[in-house]
Amino acid sequence: MATAIEPQTVDLTARFPGKVTADSRPGYTGFLVNKENLVEVAAALHNEFGFDLLTSLTGVDYIAENKMEVVYNAYKTTGGAGLIFKVQVERVDPIEVPSLTHIWHGLEYQEREAWDLFGIKFTGHPDLRRILMWEGFEGYPLRKDWKEAFYEEEIKPYKSRWPEGKHILAEEKNVFHDNLNLPKGFDPEKYIVDKEEDLYASLERHTLKDEEGRMRTDHVVVNLGPHHPSTHGVLRVAVTLNGETVMGLKPVMGYLHRNHEKIGERNTYVQTIPYTDRLDYFNSMSNNFGYVTTVEKMMNIPVAERAEYIRVIMAELSRIQNHLIFVGMLINDLGSMYTPSLYAFEERELILDIFEAVSGSRMMCNYFRFGGVVRDVPDDMLQKIKDLVFDRLPAKVDEMERFLSENEILVGRLKGTHVLSAEDAINYSVTGPVLRASGVPYDLRRADPYSIYDRFDFDVAVRHNGDMMDNYLIRFDEIRQSLRILEQAVKQIPQGPINSQKPNYQVKVPAGEAYGRIEAPKGELGFYIVSNGKANPYRYHVRAPSFVNLTAVEKMCIGTKIQDFVALLAMLDIVMGELDR
Amino acid sequence: MYGLGILKGLSVTWKRFWDTYIDDISWAMSGRKRYHTEEGIRHRSSKNTKGIFTVQYPEEQLIVPEEFRFIPFLVYEEQADGKKEPRCTACGICSKACPPQCIWIVRSSDSVTGKPVSTPAEFYIDMDICMNCGFCAEYCPFDAIKMDHDFDIASQGRNVYNLEKLLKPASYYAEVRPLNYNQEEEARKAKEAAKAARAAGTAAAPTA
Repeated sequence: MATAIEPQTVDLTARFPGKVTADSRPGYTGFLVNKENLVEVAAALHNEFGFDLLTSLTGVDYIAENKMEVVYNAYKTTGGAGLIFKVQVERVDPIEVPSLTHIWHGLEYQEREAWDLFGIKFTGHPDLRRILMWEGFEGYPLRKDWKEAFYEEEIKPYKSRWPEGKHILAEEKNVFHDNLNLPKGFDPEKYIVDKEEDLYASLERHTLKDEEGRMRTDHVVVNLGPHHPSTHGVLRVAVTLNGETVMGLKPVMGYLHRNHEKIGERNTYVQTIPYTDRLDYFNSMSNNFGYVTTVEKMMNIPVAERAEYIRVIMAELSRIQNHLIFVGMLINDLGSMYTPSLYAFEERELILDIFEAVSGSRMMCNYFRFGGVVRDVPDDMLQKIKDLVFDRLPAKVDEMERFLSENEILVGRLKGTHVLSAEDAINYSVTGPVLRASGVPYDLRRADPYSIYDRFDFDVAVRHNGDMMDNYLIRFDEIRQSLRILEQAVKQIPQGPINSQKPNYQVKVPAGEAYGRIEAPKGELGFYIVSNGKANPYRYHVRAPSFVNLTAVEKMCIGTKIQDFVALLAMLDIVMGELDR
Repeated sequence: MYGLGILKGLSVTWKRFWDTYIDDISWAMSGRKRYHTEEGIRHRSSKNTKGIFTVQYPEEQLIVPEEFRFIPFLVYEEQADGKKEPRCTACGICSKACPPQCIWIVRSSDSVTGKPVSTPAEFYIDMDICMNCGFCAEYCPFDAIKMDHDFDIASQGRNVYNLEKLLKPASYYAEVRPLNYNQEEEARKAKEAAKAARAAGTAAAPTA
């Protein structure tokens, strides 16, 4: 069932009269906070009301009202409904909003992202530089008046395709015709990229100074990546080293940035479903799940009963194969090449065979639709799922553990390194297995149940040391819990229709906003969507777990050894398609 | 004892190493071929697979399931005189539903009156932009565009398919997707029967 709009749990207007007003726009919830009182209100939310986990921050460009809005989604790690609060400022540069990074450290990268893509300046932010676009980029890509290269029309479908669709190759168009902005006085002959200095300067603040002035050793700056095989794609990390010890560290990302959110705003609602496959490309089923549940929330439509079960089955199978790959890749990065990862791949292949048979594609599944799924799971595939769940996978997971978990070299590398305390994990907005490994039993399937997860009997996997070993072991715990859910789901799955709606390539979404989130294998995958009642979303934002989890990487790495950093990247389970978006 | 964990792990690899040979030998003893046969490939991707599971592409190819989708094609009916009659009516729904907007259609018009005719004059799909989502096939009301199984299409230039290259016979469609084809044919026959019954009803009505 589609969940109704959650009631507000806190009455902020009574606590802050005159400073906070309820958001009364139709379809909207939450509170509008005055810019001047933002820090005060946020501190109260964190300290008094217990909203310790700020999961998502994003901007919305209301160009018609000449307003720029910043939207915050705060939650409690004890579970329950969240609180959405917003700040509106005049859309006149410089757009300034106070930074809240000193209250929730996890906002650091998200504020940088909003600065990068919307040009919202967060005053008091420790390191406000562009994050996804390159240094020296002109303009703010998610503003409504910004147009991308090869811009055709505001929204799809493009009129040039039908009925007079004379094909032209995209590269034959003049890209630099009318949507290229150059800074004033720009001379390409004299242009030198000088912003690199900012990056290295930002490393300085972590430098530990020898107070007594003895033995001054020079620090070395090392750039890991972007083409480093262990960075899981194209991620660059600038590190200052003292010997082998990391003194400062800054990830540089955006090499795979394609402005997914702008594409999503050009697309109709249905057209975005296959694009979500490309976020975390290991788990297209989970991405579909997150997106369709958010839109269903706005449309307020029910989901067919059988489809709910199919969704849960697919999402949990996806989690199992993700965690298996995680283990394989972690061991790969530690130097034990191929054998463990290929053992993991074998089981993953079997799961992908199921995905292929039901959805038509192994990785880019595009399987979910609003109100259900696209096609039914045939009986022979259901049988194969049962075979895997009851026979094969439990034994293979045990075998994997027997193979690796007691290996002294592995334990030596993982035990006690990169400890993340529970307080830090929450404060840095870390979610998913990494948060649970540090002792916080926060799993959205239990804390804020969506779909039909409240019908299943399973435990939230949790470990308490927060080191790499716990992060490794918790993946096995989660696979076992997923198998428990699957065992129940394949037994209970009813017959019936697989979609509550008629198939349609255009859907009606009433005006309003929604923030939907699911427990993706890598953490909290959130979608923030604003609709103005038209065929396309007005604003489409993805809160990617890989991106936000990476915020804690500096905190975890300072003072540790550089060789453990590669293992840490594997442990955070980042995937670039989602991180760079 | 230190090193016990490593030994335990090695016992797993040791077992895995022999699994392949045991499987090979037992297949050979029963006179079946584990490699280069459909049966063998199916075994290697079943729940009972043990040991080595790789498929030696391109000598061996995985058997794709019916729902497998890779680049669209247009279905045409073979006429008795050998003429190709595309099912497509140039309604444009596929090009509107297409997420990366890679479908380009020119609708035919009557040469005398200039009014639109429901056949495509030109039809292009830019296969380099196509993301294989399958929406065109899913939303086509005439079952005229379907997803293909043929994935070996590497080439040195751009793959912009025109009408001629896109058209494939309905018999080909029935071959790659038999279940879907039969389902659609049955639905079509039922619809036609209902229509005929209705027509018979209205024809019979005035005389009664």
